[in-house]
Amino acid sequence: MTRALINTPKQAQQGEVIEIRAMIAHVMETGHRRDAQGAAVPRNIIHRFQCLYDDVEIFAADFYPAMAANPFIAFSTVATTSGVLTFAWTDDQGTIQRATAEITVV
Amino acid sequence: MALKHGLAAAVLALLGAGGLVAQEKRSGLDYMTPETRAMQEDDMSNPGMLFIAEGEGLWQAPAGAANIACSGCHGTAAQSMRGTATRYPAIEESTRRPIDLAGRINLCRQTQQKAQAFPAESPELLALTAYVAHQSRGMPIAPPADDRLTPYRKSGRDLFERRLGQLGLSCAACHEGHAGQRLGGSIIPQAHPTAYPLYRLEWQTLGSLQRRLRNCMTGMRAEPFAHGAPELIALEAYLMSRATGLPIETPGVRP
Amino acid sequence: MTTRPTLAEAVRGFTGNRDVRPGRVKLDVPPLVENGNAVGITVTVESPMSANDHVRRIGLFNEKNPQADIAVFHLGPRAGRARISTRIRLASSQTVMAVAEMSDGSLWFGEAQVIVTLAACIEDLL
Repeated sequence: MTRALINTPKQAQQGEVIEIRAMIAHVMETGHRRDAQGAAVPRNIIHRFQCLYDDVEIFAADFYPAMAANPFIAFSTVATTSGVLTFAWTDDQGTIQRATAEITVV
Repeated sequence: MALKHGLAAAVLALLGAGGLVAQEKRSGLDYMTPETRAMQEDDMSNPGMLFIAEGEGLWQAPAGAANIACSGCHGTAAQSMRGTATRYPAIEESTRRPIDLAGRINLCRQTQQKAQAFPAESPELLALTAYVAHQSRGMPIAPPADDRLTPYRKSGRDLFERRLGQLGLSCAACHEGHAGQRLGGSIIPQAHPTAYPLYRLEWQTLGSLQRRLRNCMTGMRAEPFAHGAPELIALEAYLMSRATGLPIETPGVRP
Repeated sequence: MTTRPTLAEAVRGFTGNRDVRPGRVKLDVPPLVENGNAVGITVTVESPMSANDHVRRIGLFNEKNPQADIAVFHLGPRAGRARISTRIRLASSQTVMAVAEMSDGSLWFGEAQVIVTLAACIEDLL
């Protein structure tokens, strides 16, 4: 189950720069920690984040273990046409979590 | 405000649970940096809201042999659970003993849904408890005027004031004697459990009041009480009566 | 255990030995934080973000964590403005640096110092 919170304006003027905020539940295990028994805890972080606007990538990020748990990111895009924003987070175990948000451009 | 605090003081006096006379009651929120406060106060940046979203899903998901969801009996949480968290811990009629909100949810799960109880501190139990508590956000803590709770609050207060562990500290020694002052880089808050379950940056996840109390005991170099121990429930009952009138903040964010 | 690259070495991994000039990149981060596990940071780069003149990449680096990289952001003219906010982990008080690569290939950097106060009562006493 994807546990993500996306915040975008539902509606925007054409050409307007809109802010997009996205947060997802993920432990972002650094690979630098040991458990109570002293065994190394393997790294498992979201290492790639991508945002598509109607299937075209408008923003992406490579993450390293210094990103906080439950990663939060805010960025912007120019509202062009009414459409769908798709968000994808890929972690070290190969799990891809996705979320979408619709935007109406007037 | 004066009236509200007057009432709160009167309730505390009735409960025999005084103790905060010198200082006005303040939530730990008041002692945080503007950045940490902002993280709590904006739902889109509060990581606790991820767990509220999960709790909402659990509320609506049928579970157990009875295959019934919380919402199957309780309907919309925004209505049925509004104010609930302000009244816990409360006396559970079947056992005539106090039970906290997470315990009550687990009891409902076992008796009504015919499902296994969620383990203490499991993500599911935290999410569901936080979701229920969130329905009371902004409402003042209002422990029930139930005489049967009095001895438990009393024993909770005794524990709060008892010196424990290798450092010989009590909860009160720090949180009443030195509240508002610094210990290392941290400001010591008054220890009002207004925002649980809450997202602690140190934990990097949501945690319960019992986790925090156990955490404090470790800091005091004392052997922590087990999750669900009567001592922890008694401490919760005392702390909630001591925090009467302060608004619920769930999900809080703390450093 | 291998030692981590220095901040300068990590930045060179991003810039490939090209010149990096100070300016045009601003870091907003609290000078003093209560907990290094989630430090809010905003990177803003001065740029018209037009088709001909925009930010292509922004690399974010730290001085003293076990690893120097924090994140690399990929953006372009469709971003409209070059401003990104996120939350990072800082193991101790240190310098954080952001390097922006522009569409003309030029490189600019900004930096900030953050003091991470030590929590008194932590759960993990190891």
